[in-house]
Amino acid sequence: MNYDERLQHVSVLGAAGKMGSGILLLTAVEMADLSLKPENKGKTFVLNAIDLSDEGLSGLMDYLRVQVLKIAEKKIVWLRQVYAENAALIENSDIIEQYILDTLRIVRPTTAMEVAYRSKLIFEAVSENKDLKVKILSQIDQNNPNKPWFFTNTSSVPIHIIENEAELEGRVLGFHFYNPPAVQRLVELIVTEKTLAETSQFALDYAKALKKVVVKSNDFAGFIGNGHFMRDALYGINKALELSAGRPFAEAVYLVNKVSQDYLVRPMGIFQLIDYVGVDVVQFIMKVMNPFLKDENLHSPLLDSMLEMGVKGGQHSSGAQKDGFLKYEKGAPVAVFDPETKSYIAVDSFKTAAEEWLGTMPAGFQPWRVAIKIADKDSHFSAWFSELKSLNSPAAKMAVEYGLNSDAIGRKLVADGVAFNENDVNTVMLTGFFHAYGPVNNFFA
Amino acid sequence: MRRKIYLVAGANTISMGTGRKEFNPKKERPGLESYIHEAGQAVLKQVPNPSAIDETVIGNFMASVFNKQGHLGGFAATIDPDLEFKPSLSVEGACASGGLAIVSGIRSVLAETADVVLAMGVEVQNTVKAIYGADFLAYAGWFQNRKKSHAYFFPGQFSDRAGVYYEKYGFDNARKGMGRWFKNAIENARLDPTAQEHHNTAADLEGMYHKMTPNGKNFVDHLNIFDCSKVSDGASGILIASEEGLKKLGIPKKDAVEIIGFAQFTRNITNDPPNPLELTTIRRTAAKALENAGISIEQIGTIETHDCFSIAGILSVEALGLAAPGEGAAYVAAGKTARDGVMPMNTTGGLIGWGHPTGATGVHQAVTIWQQLTANAGDAQIKLSPEKPYGLSINMGGDDVTVVAIVYKMCNE
Repeated sequence: MNYDERLQHVSVLGAAGKMGSGILLLTAVEMADLSLKPENKGKTFVLNAIDLSDEGLSGLMDYLRVQVLKIAEKKIVWLRQVYAENAALIENSDIIEQYILDTLRIVRPTTAMEVAYRSKLIFEAVSENKDLKVKILSQIDQNNPNKPWFFTNTSSVPIHIIENEAELEGRVLGFHFYNPPAVQRLVELIVTEKTLAETSQFALDYAKALKKVVVKSNDFAGFIGNGHFMRDALYGINKALELSAGRPFAEAVYLVNKVSQDYLVRPMGIFQLIDYVGVDVVQFIMKVMNPFLKDENLHSPLLDSMLEMGVKGGQHSSGAQKDGFLKYEKGAPVAVFDPETKSYIAVDSFKTAAEEWLGTMPAGFQPWRVAIKIADKDSHFSAWFSELKSLNSPAAKMAVEYGLNSDAIGRKLVADGVAFNENDVNTVMLTGFFHAYGPVNNFFA
Repeated sequence: MRRKIYLVAGANTISMGTGRKEFNPKKERPGLESYIHEAGQAVLKQVPNPSAIDETVIGNFMASVFNKQGHLGGFAATIDPDLEFKPSLSVEGACASGGLAIVSGIRSVLAETADVVLAMGVEVQNTVKAIYGADFLAYAGWFQNRKKSHAYFFPGQFSDRAGVYYEKYGFDNARKGMGRWFKNAIENARLDPTAQEHHNTAADLEGMYHKMTPNGKNFVDHLNIFDCSKVSDGASGILIASEEGLKKLGIPKKDAVEIIGFAQFTRNITNDPPNPLELTTIRRTAAKALENAGISIEQIGTIETHDCFSIAGILSVEALGLAAPGEGAAYVAAGKTARDGVMPMNTTGGLIGWGHPTGATGVHQAVTIWQQLTANAGDAQIKLSPEKPYGLSINMGGDDVTVVAIVYKMCNE
């Protein structure tokens, strides 16, 4: 079975979810492009969009239409060639409309999982629950005569466990997109000892067709991305708890978020990132990873209690940020949750105290959105972090400690054999988390 | 000409689109009506007696699709109630529509059916994404050929011309001239507050230009985006008057320029250009206009030419006889068309720098020449030699299909 044949009948499980919808979009477009190749004329391509939610599937079709339109507009030069033989399609608008039709007609939204019994390739993007994943994949595999391949989007569950428990014998691999899949260029690729060579080759070909950057990770819970992020998040949470010994909790969270964003020059502060991913998701991933870690305890009681109080973060279906540790207005944090009073405390109410602790921003500061565009980032960050090291302010000190810890996490991922090398760790953080510099560096030592 | 014809009281709106700080494609923007009103009012405010206007002509290319609006003659009275129940019409000749509005006004004054005509040009194109705008602009070509043309129709047409030019006269030689053309356009636009590139602050324009190699995968084979004029919204207006008309308006001659010759030629739209290396219609129309004016190209002090693409700028230098075929690029690269050069061209930025609200461009060109010859060009003012008191404008519709050439002369009285 060649590449095109493998992609003739595909299912996406959890297709209406945040990750699933992106995977579905990218796959639909890739399949549509294959279906338009002259040698595939007359062949039928089917992409099942499977989800439990009828409502979600309706929304998915709206999302697809809008996104495929944008994609078509961007590749109009190529599309004019593709449809050159169709005399009825003359203007760009005719061609774009036809391409949307040709893409959407491949997609079959349904709540019935049985349609996956005929697929040759199955993407799994259901919730991050090992038992659920195993149950669904094994049910499909037992009823599917094609010996299908399974690409799971898990960000934390070891692939070999899914493979063994669902009895998939070399036909599963981890294909971990970053959120949102349609935008983020990074894919973590995880194979087991048994994964078939042709399956992983196909995965590379497919990633290349989608113009993704592939980083191979070893099959260890959390892989590289969450391996770094979860530890980094736990570090930030504990820093805030430490700091809250001498000041209100809300203020401490605000300060750590501020230092991790501005002083460390990241796109978001650590608490905003936790909210973005979802407090519940972070807690869940830690829970999945923790049993596999020998010498550390990846667990935060604070996350547990936040969730008990209903503080979840995550995103609305519109993509807007839900309130979590922080409360957002037009995407910007304006208040911080206080577990004691179970309410949000306005940033304005403690801004003066916070600014006193922070002091004036060191002279060499450039925000992330500016720094990311600097051509010689190495000398910029070298100068910036040297400046921080020379300062005595608590904020500068915290930033340097934070940076050192992030560096140590990166090196440990390599030492533990999760990542193949330091460069892979940096690529994941640069590409998947939009950091402006890799965590493994010499800026902080 | 059987009567003396004057131009006076030119005005432009801002050429709005990417590049302007205040442009936000996601926010609602002023419509066609607003542009017509603004430019028209700005003309009327310059004359003591605007009720002397006998007639209005509005040049526009594709409001019918960009704005779902036809019948633009009906908007004259929205400029001023005095224009109601007087003649008003719209004219169309693709990107030469503005030039046709002026020609139409000239003819009316020559025919003595009017003493003062308000010539307007308007286009509001940022209503759709460029990729759909390309469909609309392609109506300036023969639609029977649309299927086999490029997604970006006009860039495709002029990319083909550029490709042939590269092959015959050398890629580096051509790009050098085209890069300089781009630099001149932006630098001139910075001097005109209504120009689309007025806010452009890029330091090394030619460096930026040469860094971007044309890439046919995403755009066209032989041009990059700096070779192209942008998508613009804008309007321009100017008055065309007889001597009697100037008096009625209450305007002294010194505030006007005289039109001493013009020509308007059109080639067969169903044919390909006879020679991709030549803007044949421009060559023939300009020669005719100069012949009618009784002067030679060397006597011209400044030229506004239709640089929808930098290669069109180079080719028009050759079509006007300023440089021999194949030598236009070197002529431009040597700085001869710069504002301090021997033949200053497009002194407020031209289509690439000032902007290209398609149907308004021909009128905008006339406004720029009027500004320069009456010392009204503000920061963009160039120094004109008294021996060369003439201006020339070349307005092109389609791929060298419809061309309007007008020769202007300073009034010293």
